[in-house]
Amino acid sequence: MMPRAEGTFDYSPRRAAAMMLRYWYLLRSSWPRLLDLVYWPTVQMITWGFLQYYIMQNAGFFARAGGTFIGAVLLWDILFRGQLGFSISFMEEMWARNIGNLMMSPLRPFEFLSALMVMSIVRLAVGVIPVTLLAIAFFGFNLYGLGLALAAFFINLMLTGWAVGIFVSGLVLRNGLGAENLAWSIMFLFMPLTCVYYPVTTLPVWLQPISWLLPPTYVFEGMRALLIQNTFRPDLMLDALGLNVVFFAAGVLAFLKLLQSARRHGSLIQAGE
Amino acid sequence: MPAPAPIPAPIAIERLVKIYKTVPAVDGISFTLTAGSATGLLGGNGAGKTTTIASIMGLTTPTSGRVCVLGADMPRQRYRVLHRMNFESPYVAMPMRLTIRQNLTVFGMLYGVTDLGHRIEELSEQLDLTDLLDRPTGRLSDGQKTRVALAKGLINSPELLLLDEPTASLDPDTADWVRGRLERYRRERNATMLIASHNMAEVERLCDRVIIMKRGRIEDDDTPAKLLSRYGRHTLEEVFLDVARGRGVEQEAAQ
Repeated sequence: MMPRAEGTFDYSPRRAAAMMLRYWYLLRSSWPRLLDLVYWPTVQMITWGFLQYYIMQNAGFFARAGGTFIGAVLLWDILFRGQLGFSISFMEEMWARNIGNLMMSPLRPFEFLSALMVMSIVRLAVGVIPVTLLAIAFFGFNLYGLGLALAAFFINLMLTGWAVGIFVSGLVLRNGLGAENLAWSIMFLFMPLTCVYYPVTTLPVWLQPISWLLPPTYVFEGMRALLIQNTFRPDLMLDALGLNVVFFAAGVLAFLKLLQSARRHGSLIQAGE
Repeated sequence: MPAPAPIPAPIAIERLVKIYKTVPAVDGISFTLTAGSATGLLGGNGAGKTTTIASIMGLTTPTSGRVCVLGADMPRQRYRVLHRMNFESPYVAMPMRLTIRQNLTVFGMLYGVTDLGHRIEELSEQLDLTDLLDRPTGRLSDGQKTRVALAKGLINSPELLLLDEPTASLDPDTADWVRGRLERYRRERNATMLIASHNMAEVERLCDRVIIMKRGRIEDDDTPAKLLSRYGRHTLEEVFLDVARGRGVEQEAAQ
């Protein structure tokens, strides 16, 4: 096995800041990129918001479960956009054929990854904050009313999004843009299994243990407990955090291994399709 | 008093082999460059030039053999030396939506350049980019883009500069101007250059040594004057064609 390069774990805030600056320059240079961040979350929230409004008028249970759909949509967007924001910033380098320049510069993997994480938060803020305000205006659903619980949900969802984003970036680095579609679609594998819109008990019994292996499951269950029973479940959040640490470490390890493999196979020279 | 440690060669390659799946891209090459030298790396498509340069930059791992750059084993010790070297190629793009100033700022920060604003101004003047600094890189002509790529390659004042077709797609006047800048940079900084090129006139002008590769191996390695003399030719292009078509020194002598 090839030994890891000396200095792989060194960290320079200036080099990480250089990469954040690069993505910030890119983001502000392109209004279609900014619009794209807001467009889809808005459409999603409005669609599900009207659906919830309709169901509330016709079903007693949902009348008591006020906001679970809109809450689920907004939290799902944090998970999905967190991963997508990470992966898209990474793929900007592949699309711009700039990955070679970066890989032959002194930039370390953790500086690169940390810049991508910060930019995923920036992109998320640009895309989701306006939508949360629209949710208040249109449907009277105030996500910020969840208080400290929202912070626990947010941290857990972002950690999962980053872990998946890091893994997908490693796959794209190793296999080229042929693996690009994974960045758009991989999170949808999580959607049915993490029970975004329904309780875990809805799943077949044999599938429930698999669902409980995924950190977002705990977040969505926690959200329903909060909105339906007015109970914050810190136990669920701690379980999610523990699993997220494992997911994140596995994502980073996979990225480093895929980067090593890319060097062995010459993928960094011909970073394209 | 102990003798001072010898200064490591800018590039020392020993029996480098790189095999992709079952295809050898580089097949047991060895060479060493001395500080301040300019060496041309010639060869047809698929000769192994790109893989050799990628191995020097630490972008690919050797199957066997050793690549030592400024005293560091590549790619294992690459972070010791990457800030002292750089690479320029018109085929490796710079982010198109960023302005020249933004691109140079990002790469300057990545390479740890101090007094970056001054360095960008200095390079802009030297490479005639001052009036273009705030223009997006994607809106530049090919010649201007090549100058930006060169500015990125020189941003950290590298001791070792690797160049891949540095004047490709440039008109003769601009190409001549770029070659002049490279000569000046090498003279002023005693920089070492390795230049992969298909432009024989460029290699004759810039390089004091030429390595000719074919099918992953070094076919010949000497000064331009000695190569011309040995092959009985007037230009490096003729020498290159002799090597590429398998007409070696012995056949030439027999004719």
